[in-house]
Amino acid sequence: MDTEVHSGDQPPTGWGERIWSLALLAFPLGVTLWLLSLIGPVREHAPLVFGVSWVPSLGVELNFLIDGLSLLFGLLVSGVGFFVALYAKFYLRGHPLIQRFFFYLFLFMLGMLGLVLAGNLITLFVFWEITTIASYLLIGFNHEKASARRSALQALLITAVGGLALLAGLLLLGMVVGSYNFVEVLAARDKVHSHALYLPILILVLIGAFTKSAQLPFHFWLPNAMAAPTPVSAYLHSATMVKAGIYLLARMYPVLGGSEAWLLTLNIVGAVTAVIAAILAMRQTDLKLALAYTTVVALGILIMFLGSEASVAIAAAITFILVHSFYKAALFMVVGIIDHQTGTREITALGGLGKRLPITFVIAAAAGFSMAGFPPFLGFIGKELKYEGALAIAEEPTFVAWAAVFANALMVAIAATVALRPFWGRLPEKLQSVREASPGLWISPLVMALLGLTFGLAPALIADTLVGPAVTATMGREESVSLKLWHGINLPLVMSITTFALGVLAFYLQPQIRAFLNWIAKWLPANSDTQWDRGLDLFKRGAALHTRHLQHGILKHYLAAVFAVASVLLLWGLMRSGGFDMAVNWERLTVKEWAAMALVFAGSLVAICTRTPLTAICSLGGMGVGIALIFLFFGAPDVAITQLLVETLFLVLIALTLHRLPHATEVSGTGFRFVDALLAVSVGTTVSLTILAVLQQPLISPTKEYFELAAVPEAFGRNIVNVILVDFRALDTFGEVVVVLVAAVGAAALLRRKLKPRVSLADTKKEQT
Amino acid sequence: MESALVLVIGVMVAAGVYLMLASNLLCYLFGLILLSNAANLVIFVAGRLTRAVPPLIPKGQEAPLEPVANALPQAMILTAIVIGFGLLAFTLALVVACYRELGTIDSDHMRLAEPPPKRGEH
Repeated sequence: MDTEVHSGDQPPTGWGERIWSLALLAFPLGVTLWLLSLIGPVREHAPLVFGVSWVPSLGVELNFLIDGLSLLFGLLVSGVGFFVALYAKFYLRGHPLIQRFFFYLFLFMLGMLGLVLAGNLITLFVFWEITTIASYLLIGFNHEKASARRSALQALLITAVGGLALLAGLLLLGMVVGSYNFVEVLAARDKVHSHALYLPILILVLIGAFTKSAQLPFHFWLPNAMAAPTPVSAYLHSATMVKAGIYLLARMYPVLGGSEAWLLTLNIVGAVTAVIAAILAMRQTDLKLALAYTTVVALGILIMFLGSEASVAIAAAITFILVHSFYKAALFMVVGIIDHQTGTREITALGGLGKRLPITFVIAAAAGFSMAGFPPFLGFIGKELKYEGALAIAEEPTFVAWAAVFANALMVAIAATVALRPFWGRLPEKLQSVREASPGLWISPLVMALLGLTFGLAPALIADTLVGPAVTATMGREESVSLKLWHGINLPLVMSITTFALGVLAFYLQPQIRAFLNWIAKWLPANSDTQWDRGLDLFKRGAALHTRHLQHGILKHYLAAVFAVASVLLLWGLMRSGGFDMAVNWERLTVKEWAAMALVFAGSLVAICTRTPLTAICSLGGMGVGIALIFLFFGAPDVAITQLLVETLFLVLIALTLHRLPHATEVSGTGFRFVDALLAVSVGTTVSLTILAVLQQPLISPTKEYFELAAVPEAFGRNIVNVILVDFRALDTFGEVVVVLVAAVGAAALLRRKLKPRVSLADTKKEQT
Repeated sequence: MESALVLVIGVMVAAGVYLMLASNLLCYLFGLILLSNAANLVIFVAGRLTRAVPPLIPKGQEAPLEPVANALPQAMILTAIVIGFGLLAFTLALVVACYRELGTIDSDHMRLAEPPPKRGEH
């Protein structure tokens, strides 16, 4: 079991740690107070928008938008963030890497705040990715452990892939609307719904939301993320980050929501996730893991409720977001305290802690009752609303109501397991010396639990200030919400009572249920987690395979690939631009012109047929002379002279080098290479066809006239070619000189090295066999 | 009259590619020479062939009196020839250095950077 417990002898806290922890406390507190002060203005005239220009050429702004929805989430992020930071300060006191931890947490908080307050699609995405990266760093915080590293990478890969899908979706959405700003995007419902790209956008955005919010089949990273220190679990994996997907869907509700596809997908995915995660939660004996699975349940329920057009369902979702954040953060911190004080989170090893940890027990009970949905806690109001919402949705698919009752019943059982079971019964021998935690540890969960009780007793405090505006913002129309403890005897109340009865039953039968589920699990071929490993392994094998075939290290195969692709692309371009209808122009050539071309022709052929390098060099020389003659006959004497000089110079160079290469007496010992010849002929044919096609077009060259007319008046030269080189395009000529210089320096450096052969031919041959 | 030259260019390109695909680096070098010369001719033909006089302006004139050859491709080819020379010379130096270091000019045997996979390895 992992224990990131650092009680006992604590080293004195350093200055860096103090400054970081102070900053981490001051920042969310300041933001919380600022956002609280905005409640009034937002209710009066939402949304508030402010920002600066970021990438004006792309129409991207760094702007922020505050309406009821972003205000609610912003308050959760900063408010819960403050208490989690306070808790972490005591929980990790004396940890050698505590400054790093605070930095990561700060980064995450910043990313999350930016995400929920973002005023346009691009800003939202950037902050979305920051939360992904920060969460990777936080999950992998105990980096010495292989399991933590694996979980971190898993979370990163899954949420980052979802992030890419989201980016594509948001860009498409921006294209369809013509703006990335939420104000315009949210008002473009009809335009987007009737657009052909609506379904692709919806699918991509949903993938982003489902990966982040751990919906089936992407759910398995969230329980694994429990490798993070408990304060992180309390914050990221219950109250905030995993709700980013929920926020995204709520934010997109006015523009993307309401279609058949939206309603059905969200209902089914949410319901299936809630039910399966609830069953999986019953299997767990680790308190933290059990809580993690109930988080998946809660997320499933939230997704399910967002798939509705009834305002009561949306109100249920919004209220449940608040309820869940309070009790889940509190319970995670309680589990952290138990872990901190006893050194274990295994439910079977715990019991009778009520007398030893009385304050923790009270907190756990309060949070647990809220989770189970007992009156007078906020959880009760949330659950009543949930059932009302479920019934509203259930007019069409009845499974939503069934799923809600089933998942909630198991939630009651888990709540009792986590919040009560460690505290009653017989105290094990080992735990006799356990003492209550310091106030620094229990103050934060206490506040969370008290908030759940306060808002339960006085729901009016949040009904008009937070929940109402959030529902209004989500629905895109004015909605008022009334939260009440007592609704009278109605169907939701009956469902509540059924839930309690089922939940209590499940709680008492939990050992049997767990044994039964474990028995089933033995028969299942694989779970998502092992599938993940298998998939990742397959991916690596695929990468190795294609690297082996593409990066094989054989030069001539690389070249063949380049030539083949170039030739295919050229042919494709030819076909697209009008096919092969090209006139062949065999206008009469004079004898000397024929002779020059024949020289080039013969030189090329001899060069491929000969076996001795000297013959090849001579034939290439002949070819060079032929080319020079062609230049001469067709009005380019300057080029002809240069060609002759350079060609001669280079062939002399090669001839002089030959004696340094004693193995080079034979150049083509391998004989005729049929495949290479086929490729060579097709490349040659393609090039010829392309030139013929080019020659079909009339030559429109205003530059020709320009240079002819401007040579004397502007550059005072009578040789137009020279004028172009040294005047009109002098910079090109300068570049040419630099290239030659660089080549000379490089060649000199290569040739001056006098090293012994590092690997002899014999060695490389041995390696190959 | 361009068609004949186009045919010659095609032959040069084919011969160049065939030589470059050989595993002997000297053959590769010869192929490179053929290919760079062929490229120069492509530029030349694209500027259209003319038997007209070279692009020179007679004394006392502001512009050529009769139609002259296209000067721009000629300027480009001049640059290309020189740069091609730099490239070829550097390649030649590489071949020599390769031989000195590795003892071979057969590119199939130069597997130091990307060694062939050992048996049983992915």
